[in-house]
Amino acid sequence: MSVSTAVFNLIALLLVVSAAMVAFSRNIIYSAFSLLGTFMGVAGIYIFLGADFVAAVQLLIYVGGILVLILFAVMLTHRITDVTITNRAAGRIPALIVVVGLVYMLIQTVRTTPWAAAKQVTFASTTATIGDAFLYDYLLPFELASLVLLAAMIGAVVLSRKEIKE
Amino acid sequence: MIALHNYLILSAVIFSIGVIGVLIRRNLIVVLMSIELMLNAVNLTFIAFSRYLGSTDGQVIVFFVMAVAAAEAVIGLAIIISVYRHRQSLDPQEMQLLKW
Repeated sequence: MSVSTAVFNLIALLLVVSAAMVAFSRNIIYSAFSLLGTFMGVAGIYIFLGADFVAAVQLLIYVGGILVLILFAVMLTHRITDVTITNRAAGRIPALIVVVGLVYMLIQTVRTTPWAAAKQVTFASTTATIGDAFLYDYLLPFELASLVLLAAMIGAVVLSRKEIKE
Repeated sequence: MIALHNYLILSAVIFSIGVIGVLIRRNLIVVLMSIELMLNAVNLTFIAFSRYLGSTDGQVIVFFVMAVAAAEAVIGLAIIISVYRHRQSLDPQEMQLLKW
């Protein structure tokens, strides 16, 4: 087993274990902190795949933004010491059937499709290429994304402020 | 070099864990976290294909997915906080105001 395979297996193990902790942990605080491991693991796989800029953005947006936001929501909404009522589970058997079917279908698809063989790509910085793509081919979606973010920001402020009663 | 299969199966496993979380959890915040898991799994697939097809288009799509995921998380958490303020509960089974 080469070094790269070992590193890949290690990151994949971290990823699957922390994802399972997010979905199965009884304590919502543990779930929220396991999400950190998942986001870091995904960033590690991005670096492994030679996507350096995406990995950096993953850390900035998910770990720096979304995770902190989720932690704030957890702290604001729950009596977090009350572990037994915060994170109940229900309907395990139907969920298990659905998910087993889904996993079987996905893995069969992956195994039976003849994927194109990998091109030998040199590991080069991708930032300049991505910047060009944003400002030439994907200019309209790029501007639309900023509009979506602005609308989300205003919507969040309107939704979460306290109502003023006359 | 790791084959493409490994990345795809890893991402399928993470996606399925996210689906389990959405289906069995009875807390809206954990449901939202599981949706983030699923979005991350899809992003992983995009990056793997972008690497193996030798094109950066997949990486550009990932940025749009991230922008929409950020908007979704912000709006979702704002809704969760205002629901909690009204009802003091985050159990999706108790939210049946629109049920006829």
